Amino acid sequence: MDRKPIIEIKDLTFSYTTKTASEPAIRDINLTIYEGEYVALVGLNGSGKTTLQLCLNGVIPNMTGGDYIGTVMVEGKDTYDTPVREMAKTVGMVFDNPAFQMSQMFVAEEVALGMESLGVSHDEMHERVPKALQLVGLEGLEDRSPFELSGGQQQRLAIASALAMEPKILVMDEPTSNVDPIGKEEIFSVAEKLNRERNMTVVMAEHEVEVIAAYANRVVVMDKGRIVFNGTPQEVFSHVEDFHRMKLRLPQVTEFAYQLEKEGVANFHGVYPITLGEAETAFKDLLG
Amino acid sequence: MATPILKVENLQHVYPGGVVALRDVNLEIKPAEIVGIIGQNGSGKTTLVKHFNNLLKPTSGKIYFNGDDTAPLTVQQMSKNVGYVYQNPNQQLFARTVQAELEFGPRNLGVSEEEIKERCENAVEFFGLQELREKHPYRIGFPLRKLVGMASIYTMKPAVFILDEPTTGQDNVTTQTVYRLIRRLREEGATVICVAHDMILLAEVVDRLIVMRDSLVIADGLPRDIFSDHKLLSSTHLIPPQITELSQRMRKNEADSSQIYLSVDEYLSAVKKSRAK
Repeated sequence: MDRKPIIEIKDLTFSYTTKTASEPAIRDINLTIYEGEYVALVGLNGSGKTTLQLCLNGVIPNMTGGDYIGTVMVEGKDTYDTPVREMAKTVGMVFDNPAFQMSQMFVAEEVALGMESLGVSHDEMHERVPKALQLVGLEGLEDRSPFELSGGQQQRLAIASALAMEPKILVMDEPTSNVDPIGKEEIFSVAEKLNRERNMTVVMAEHEVEVIAAYANRVVVMDKGRIVFNGTPQEVFSHVEDFHRMKLRLPQVTEFAYQLEKEGVANFHGVYPITLGEAETAFKDLLG
Repeated sequence: MATPILKVENLQHVYPGGVVALRDVNLEIKPAEIVGIIGQNGSGKTTLVKHFNNLLKPTSGKIYFNGDDTAPLTVQQMSKNVGYVYQNPNQQLFARTVQAELEFGPRNLGVSEEEIKERCENAVEFFGLQELREKHPYRIGFPLRKLVGMASIYTMKPAVFILDEPTTGQDNVTTQTVYRLIRRLREEGATVICVAHDMILLAEVVDRLIVMRDSLVIADGLPRDIFSDHKLLSSTHLIPPQITELSQRMRKNEADSSQIYLSVDEYLSAVKKSRAK
């Protein structure tokens, strides 16, 4: 099957001008993301994940200035000279603190807000609001205040607001950092469902490597502003020693397999289990 | 038996508007215990710990610190006993520089200037804040700002430390700093109460786990016992660390909780030991 590139980043380097004399926040980024991929961005704080994400909807360089070299093409549009409001139709953004994004009295209004700024008609809004809420499992909560919702629900509401604009790409910056374990599951599975059922492209920055291993089909690792690994979760999480050097965490089962191999208890030939299910199979004879 | 450092008796808290956040909570925390509190968002965890330094007053019930009823004490008076590190550092920090932030607490408690200087040096070194001393707390990124929040309580040396979601929004490096802080506080003899969703923190760092659901304490015990109790965990939608779940699936004897491992290191040494036989 032919894969269609939806994001193409070429030789991108960006420095925030406010941090004079500091290093570029991201440098020499070359990355192609295909339609329908679920991509996880992994890296320490300050490695450039958020900066890279802000380049995807043109907030950089159109709203946040700096030294910008290279090109970012999203759905054939160059983000450099496309208005951010135009990009919002293609790229939906969800940030780490959902409460920060909430401003309306009612859940339904919150979902409609983005559409208003896009000039969507009233009739159209009436159709899209319940659809978006249903997609994230918040149907029936239209008349609640966003502030009465749980952390996981608020984050799903932020996703619904982004979805109402019918984007092809959903960009999420550590969407689960403020929610409890069940909320995390909710958010990951909503993203997974959108990806699977609607072929939505998902680009998510996350620290939860166990969940990334279970859901993402590509992992991009950033270190000091550069992309250092880019591949399937299996390929990327097999670079155990590089992860250690970069001070990044691996899925616990992967770390365990690596340590067992180092102790001479097992040999995985460089292909470690990355999910609980894989680990269970791999360890059955060994530990069972 | 030693007097509990904190004792909670029939605590109930009802917010204005009638929302019941805590119903009849009873707890004793011993000096130098390292305690984790888990539960879903909205289960009452933060409301509970805010009673420990009088940020909230009970609707009914009592809180005792070292055997004394805390009701007559102000937040100010309680602050030398119980330090509360906010989940969101923006609610806590107010000084113009990180250095001033670190000095404020102990100075307010009447600590000598010499001692203040020493405590600040200690904190700066421990949290790695050397480059940030003269910066405005709001000019530094969220993860480091959160460490500044912890450091500014650390310089007050309270007997009880409350950490509210200390690893939220942190990466692996700053998360490890938080774990080291808790272990250092343990060595220094402080009592630590940690409200957290971070299952690795709760499995590997704390000695005791309190589980909350619907404004009540529903379980209180050793992390190994709590994380072995599938029924309990799923009743409140908690998921054990991945390695714990793996050991659970692998163990031969379903009833033997000694075959449940809480960390990669623990599991590894158990495997090595059984191979050496």
